[in-house]
Amino acid sequence: MTPARTDPWVPEPISIKRIARESADTATLVLDTSERPGGFAFKPGQFNMLYAFGIGEVPISISGDPSDTGELVHTIRVVGKVTEALTGMAPGSTLGLRGPFGTHWPLEEARGRDVLIVAGGLGLVPLRPAIYEILKNRSAYKRVNIVYGARTPQDILFSNEISEWRGRLDVSLRVTVDSAGSDWFGHVGVVTSLVKLARFDPEATVAMVCGPEIMMRFAVRELETQGIADERIYLSTERNLQCGVGLCGHCQHGNVFVCKDGPVFRYDRLAPFFSKREV
Amino acid sequence: MPIGYQERPLVPLDVGDRAILRPDQLSGILAALRGRGYTLLGPTVRDAAIIYAEIAGADDLPVGWTDVQSPGSYRLAARPDGAFFGYSVGPHSWKATFHRPEITLWQAERQGDGGFTIHEPAPETSRVALIGVRACELAAIRIQDRVLLDGPFADPHYAARRRDVFVVAVNCTEPGDTCFCASMGTGPGVESGFDLALTEFVTDTEHLFLAEIGSGAGAEVLAEWPVDRATHGQIAAAAARTQAAAQRMGRSVDTRDVKEVLARNLENPRWEETAARCLGCTNCTQVCPTCFCTAVHDLTDLSGRTATRVRQWDSCFDRSFSYVHGGSVRRSGMSRYRQWLTHKMSFWADEFGSLGCVGCGRCITWCPKGIDITAEIAAIRAADPS
Repeated sequence: MTPARTDPWVPEPISIKRIARESADTATLVLDTSERPGGFAFKPGQFNMLYAFGIGEVPISISGDPSDTGELVHTIRVVGKVTEALTGMAPGSTLGLRGPFGTHWPLEEARGRDVLIVAGGLGLVPLRPAIYEILKNRSAYKRVNIVYGARTPQDILFSNEISEWRGRLDVSLRVTVDSAGSDWFGHVGVVTSLVKLARFDPEATVAMVCGPEIMMRFAVRELETQGIADERIYLSTERNLQCGVGLCGHCQHGNVFVCKDGPVFRYDRLAPFFSKREV
Repeated sequence: MPIGYQERPLVPLDVGDRAILRPDQLSGILAALRGRGYTLLGPTVRDAAIIYAEIAGADDLPVGWTDVQSPGSYRLAARPDGAFFGYSVGPHSWKATFHRPEITLWQAERQGDGGFTIHEPAPETSRVALIGVRACELAAIRIQDRVLLDGPFADPHYAARRRDVFVVAVNCTEPGDTCFCASMGTGPGVESGFDLALTEFVTDTEHLFLAEIGSGAGAEVLAEWPVDRATHGQIAAAAARTQAAAQRMGRSVDTRDVKEVLARNLENPRWEETAARCLGCTNCTQVCPTCFCTAVHDLTDLSGRTATRVRQWDSCFDRSFSYVHGGSVRRSGMSRYRQWLTHKMSFWADEFGSLGCVGCGRCITWCPKGIDITAEIAAIRAADPS
């Protein structure tokens, strides 16, 4: 039994159950939380701080199913030495865990409405728990649209699930890539171009967006053009996160702290400074 | 005009009461605090500056010294009157006492099975008496309390060090050229958050302190001494000295709608002009009593068996401060200066319910280029298109 932690700065050791490669630079780690009291409960959109012994700690979105508390799933792209170490670990080895932290996707608010999910690249990772929840309670939502853009067909994450969701009659899922060879039959182009193809009622749609900041700027513009109000557009943003609990100051973005006020924000909260350079 | 001292029979004093103390009585009170187990932290002269450090008693105070400050300049000067608190504020703030510049958060130890265990040092506690705390400093402590204790997660290290503190405040009668607390509404008089608050009177003929009791602990310490209850005239004279300090303050900030003015001027060309002067040295954030940002560093020993996480003060002027994979968000000096100033004077209010500046003037004095936050705000306001 792991004792309850009261010091938010201190990680708890947790062991890796399995690792799966998602693409050339991305892997999914499944952590064993079955021994923890209560397992590991979180809300879709939240993140954890993951620590590789002696190397460092990084914020990573939770990508698993929130209803499964015995496992904790993280999908990680290698972008530096900590993520390289984490994705290079073997099953059975131990990493450090702090969390869950941050705000979550507005799944309650979206009930009874159309849902439009816009994901770019690794942005699909924090959205996947929300997709699981929505599909599990499918009748609570009206039309469900998912649009997803990746760099190349090889970079498409969770391709088995993507195929499965695409096969459903109660979900519209569209995928695009930036560039592809001749064996790709799908869309080529930016993800925002898929928003136009989705069918939804802009007056009664909740949009959830995650991807690179530049992509989110264009996505917000497109969603606004389609008539979705800023109050029903939600983004998950990224900044330098070190403490994860609102104490270290690194993740300030205008008048919010990404770690405690976000990472999921209603867009009108960010609008005054979101498109300003270097804020 | 002398305010006069006359010893009277011992009377019990209560919170809100005021007494008159001679310097030897103040020395005695400091000794009494030590006797109660408090470590005395107070102003003292070291390395040509008045800094805060452990003091043995009143003899270690900067007796007969003052400081002369201006943008980019700080010098000590002798004063003939033997005042204990005849200076404004130096490069140190009480931030270093509660929010330590560097602490070890934890250590991890490799186990034989490939796992590791984590050891947390118990947060360091201390029983400290702060001597000579100005109103601006009390305001800064309150601001750091909100940031580090009142959020969704409290910092246990800060909390442990804040737990047992006795505050001997001093009403400021020596504002410096770079001070602007009066305009920020944080001074020069102290209003709350102290156990004892002193006002110093020093002339050719007398040296006295008016002491206001702010807490039961303050009353208890004072009760050990046969002190003179202050008269209405003495209380009025003390208030007049603090009011005069407000009038003599070197600078001011127009705080009306400053939050909105800065928030709507993120693209004002003035930021570039200021950034051309800013060296990015981080002095302003190090001397600022409210700047709270920290970075964590992971260290390993040579064997690779022990890993230590250390937390240090950080600065938003450092390019790596905003690093995310692929590069820093705030790459330009312009954006970093803008971040610092808009955070203090605008965004802080949305985050923590007050501005993040107390008007102590340290960032002006200790800026090697003498960049003046009050002038910068005025310039943005003047260039505000709306």
